[in-house]
Amino acid sequence: MTSTMTPKRRKRIHEPARIPERGGRKLGYWLYFLPGALLVSVIIFYPIVRNLRLSFFHWRGGRAEEEFAGLDNWAALFQDQEYLQSFQNIILVIFAMVIIPTLLGLVIAALLFDVIGRRFGGKLSSFLRATYYLPQILPIAVAGVLFGWLLKPNSDGVVNQFLTFITGSEVTVNWLGGSYPTAMGAVMVLMIWIQIGYPVVIFMAALQRVDPELYEAAELDGANWYERFRAITLAQIKPEVFVVSLTTTIAAMKVFAPVFILTQGGPNKSTYVPSFYAYNEFVNGTDKGYAAAIASSITILVAIVAIIFIRVQNRSERKDA
Amino acid sequence: MTTTPVQNDTTRASAGSGEPPSDDQLVKARGRRGGRPRTAAEWILMLLGVLGAAIVVFPILLLLINAFKSPSDYSTSSPLDLPRSFDLTGIQTFWEQNNFPRALWNSIFISTMVAFLAVILSVLNSFAIGIGRVRGRTWIVLLFLMANLIPQEMLFDPLFTLYDDLGLLSNSWSVIITFVVIQSAFGTYLLSSLLGTFPKEILEAAAVDGASRWRILRSIIVPIVRPTLSVLMVFFFIWTWNEFLLPLAFLNTSDSLTVPLVLEQLSGERQTDTTTLIAGTLISIIPTIIFFLIFQRTLTRGITAGAVK
Repeated sequence: MTSTMTPKRRKRIHEPARIPERGGRKLGYWLYFLPGALLVSVIIFYPIVRNLRLSFFHWRGGRAEEEFAGLDNWAALFQDQEYLQSFQNIILVIFAMVIIPTLLGLVIAALLFDVIGRRFGGKLSSFLRATYYLPQILPIAVAGVLFGWLLKPNSDGVVNQFLTFITGSEVTVNWLGGSYPTAMGAVMVLMIWIQIGYPVVIFMAALQRVDPELYEAAELDGANWYERFRAITLAQIKPEVFVVSLTTTIAAMKVFAPVFILTQGGPNKSTYVPSFYAYNEFVNGTDKGYAAAIASSITILVAIVAIIFIRVQNRSERKDA
Repeated sequence: MTTTPVQNDTTRASAGSGEPPSDDQLVKARGRRGGRPRTAAEWILMLLGVLGAAIVVFPILLLLINAFKSPSDYSTSSPLDLPRSFDLTGIQTFWEQNNFPRALWNSIFISTMVAFLAVILSVLNSFAIGIGRVRGRTWIVLLFLMANLIPQEMLFDPLFTLYDDLGLLSNSWSVIITFVVIQSAFGTYLLSSLLGTFPKEILEAAAVDGASRWRILRSIIVPIVRPTLSVLMVFFFIWTWNEFLLPLAFLNTSDSLTVPLVLEQLSGERQTDTTTLIAGTLISIIPTIIFFLIFQRTLTRGITAGAVK
């Protein structure tokens, strides 16, 4: 999980800290910035520029010549069923990584904080919070292998054995392959499992700054748990809900490892996501220019989402202020 | 760069030197002041919370139960049955056949180097941006953030070629250099806004005493923001440990693989027997779980500081 922030103009309350200068020279600070600037140029900006440029060429890679292609690669994206499929799947991924975890996270955080924390003790609630968070720190690749084991086809799979045990008759579903449309569902369950801890931790921290008097007053007024949840919890932690949705939406658009490990995009390309498709084209494709176009299109989309979110947030804050 | 003044205070407290109040203190403060007995509904909600947590850890528990079964025990019992005898064959096979100690070392080496170097780079960058207030700093921070935002396939091919030319493919340093930059982008963002609010009086006093910039950074600023630096270090370590795509691209020899890569490779092999795979999965998550138990508090603080900053 890599949190990403929402830049914003800060109201300056006091003078910024500054080391007084004898000669008034500020140039010296650039010296400290030099290593960072050099590294970020080579490792981040050079690849971005290179890929954007490459997306207008055909190139087989290696020593082959680059052929100028104009908008060919970009136009081809819109004709490409696999590409369109991969973007349709992003909607499902957003359900699994953004919508469901955020909603569940809200309920769980409110439950842990408002009910368990207040009525059963902070120890229990922080223990449960840690438990929900645990999948977040596992390597996603390892979590993928774990789910692959659980979902093995035939009688070998844990889930199948479990269902056999419950139903009494032998269940042999090929969850991740074959003709069952379950592979995308399995990928989604894995993502929900990985994601759930993140909103729980953030929302619980957000709840700590809510004035407890609000809850007590509401309780005295006879508000039940759901009413308190809606009127106090939800209203107070809106900024965090926003940040969580932003960071997880961006993560969802870039999702790679669960698909790579669990399904390799299969069966029948039903679990393709853009990131996996771009990777696959870079490694196995015949035109790196096309791969670069796919990767660039994701980058552009991520940038657009980030900008929209930041604008919406700025506007809602101006309204609040 | 904060959302509301209220948050600003709490994050500064948690990111700076002060500790946020623990959960227990808060519970005491807001307390069971009424002292009324718990209602049936509250018991049910509590059990639901516990049940949810149980569902979340269930896959890991299954791993724990099945990793210690012998192959024959595994094939004749249900995954829910406890092992009939304590068997280490799976773990032993995994450990010996997959060059695992080497992968463990690679992961530890890469993640530790990234954690240290990325923190150092973040400090240098944010000193120039937050204290030095170099021209164009808002843009610089935004540009840095891009390192965090862009999908990693964007870096894949150009960096692959670059490291190939430099002879760094299948060398830990290819991954280290890449992630030092990616992680320090986040660190630069977080630290520059923290240093932007650094108390001016302290810097002035030091300057009056004749301290140079470098000395002020090393002997005053770094010690004061050390709690934040340690949070960043923990996060950089875990994030790097978990990375998959770029290590998959850059590390291609069996000697250079990291823990997630070894496991992924093992699960792709058809002839791997299931007990070895389960044992391998368990062993691969143990380092992360140990790390989690040690740094649980730091983690919780860090996620929060990251989110609301």
